[in-house]
Amino acid sequence: MVRVTHWLTFVAFVALLVTGLEIVISHPRFYWGETGNVNIRPLFTIPIPSSRDTVPTGYKYVMPDQNGWSRYLHFQSAWLLVLTGAVYLVAGLWTGHFRKNLWPQRGNRGWGAYRGRMAQYLRRAPADPAEVRSYNVLQRTAYLGVIFVLFPLVIWTGLALSPAFNSAFPWFVNVLGGRQSARTLHFFVTIALVLFLLVHVAMVALTGFRNRMRGMITGRVDETEERP
Amino acid sequence: MSTISRRTLITTALAAAAGGSGLAIAARLAKMYGLIPPDHGGLYGPGETLTYAAQRLLTTHSLAREFPRSMISTAPFANETDPPTDEFKRHQAGGFRDWRLVVDGMVDHPLSLSTSDLRSMPFRNQITEVVCEEGWSYVAEWIGTPLHEVLKEAGVQPQVRYIVYRSMEKDWWDSLDMADALHPQTFLTWGMNDGDLPVGFGGPLRLRVPRQLGYKSLKYVVRLTATDSMKGFGKGLGSASPEAGYAWYAGI
Repeated sequence: MVRVTHWLTFVAFVALLVTGLEIVISHPRFYWGETGNVNIRPLFTIPIPSSRDTVPTGYKYVMPDQNGWSRYLHFQSAWLLVLTGAVYLVAGLWTGHFRKNLWPQRGNRGWGAYRGRMAQYLRRAPADPAEVRSYNVLQRTAYLGVIFVLFPLVIWTGLALSPAFNSAFPWFVNVLGGRQSARTLHFFVTIALVLFLLVHVAMVALTGFRNRMRGMITGRVDETEERP
Repeated sequence: MSTISRRTLITTALAAAAGGSGLAIAARLAKMYGLIPPDHGGLYGPGETLTYAAQRLLTTHSLAREFPRSMISTAPFANETDPPTDEFKRHQAGGFRDWRLVVDGMVDHPLSLSTSDLRSMPFRNQITEVVCEEGWSYVAEWIGTPLHEVLKEAGVQPQVRYIVYRSMEKDWWDSLDMADALHPQTFLTWGMNDGDLPVGFGGPLRLRVPRQLGYKSLKYVVRLTATDSMKGFGKGLGSASPEAGYAWYAGI
């Protein structure tokens, strides 16, 4: 179940990322507070051309507008992500996956454990043999952060952009400081998730891409192929 | 590789059968309670249907956020519109005195209302946000006649499920389900920020739907048609938006 939901989440996340980027180029300006438009000074802008000629970007040309299908696919992928996440949460609680595999082990919860494992990474020292089949404290913390902080935050800030949802639950957007703040936070949380994805893929590549991929797809890991 | 045991096979088959019939029952219930949007077909139909159904269950009576007067945007953005047609320019030159809103379709009393007729009906104001699908937004005060007042006067028949509305701009038409058509904040808007609604913002008449994205709030509205089905209106997808690739329901 962990493996199936992992790959469903991957598919949904890539679709969300691509379509989200597509939607952003129709207005690559970010604001803080409730309102923001081309007549209001932005908090920051992404220095790319826009897909709309109403946005002053400094570029002479307009990118192709692909918002229609991007929006349809963004929301459909969001449903896939949320439903997959719900299945994963229920399965994770049921099987004790979070408690056994993700919650830092007893005696491994202090700052010393984090510093120790980090030093081991920085020295590029070989991993303990136990780490072939189990996560170390830094991995556990990163995964818990993604699962229980970043994904809930990205879903929250995304839902806070829905005018209909906000009509039923106004506090959902109000506690974030307004609609434009929610949009800006949605962007930053996405960046955090992309950074995690980059490090995650880099670590998989460093420890043996083929073996790790086979492990995540079939569940079988060849311990002799394991590299530190 | 482990072989698939008989037990796994039977449980999987049972789960698939239960899932399949569960979906079929859910689809029938959704249809019965009007939770299927007109653009439910195609590749993105499942996501769109989930969004519409979930929001109809959550937001039928909820009110769009209203803001204090101090939050009215000093620099609202009118967005671009097609260049005005000759017909529109004629109306503008005449101060929109001959502008007509036609109400027809499945109504007991078809109407043809001038902007002053609308102003003599009960009107209200609201300070709500315009939210564009591109990401920008502004807050303004909107003054107008609630759509339900006009529909009541026309006597909408009980079988009606959608109100189709058309702009004077060519090929701009849309529709609302009855939850949004009868919603107290859905206005036939003719005033903005204590003045007449400027042409750039949709004057003389804009249908404001504050619980949905800005593209649902058509400018220059000239006709309302009550209907029990979207078949026969364009490609039957509910509005011009799905034909251009955008969702019919824009509450997201």
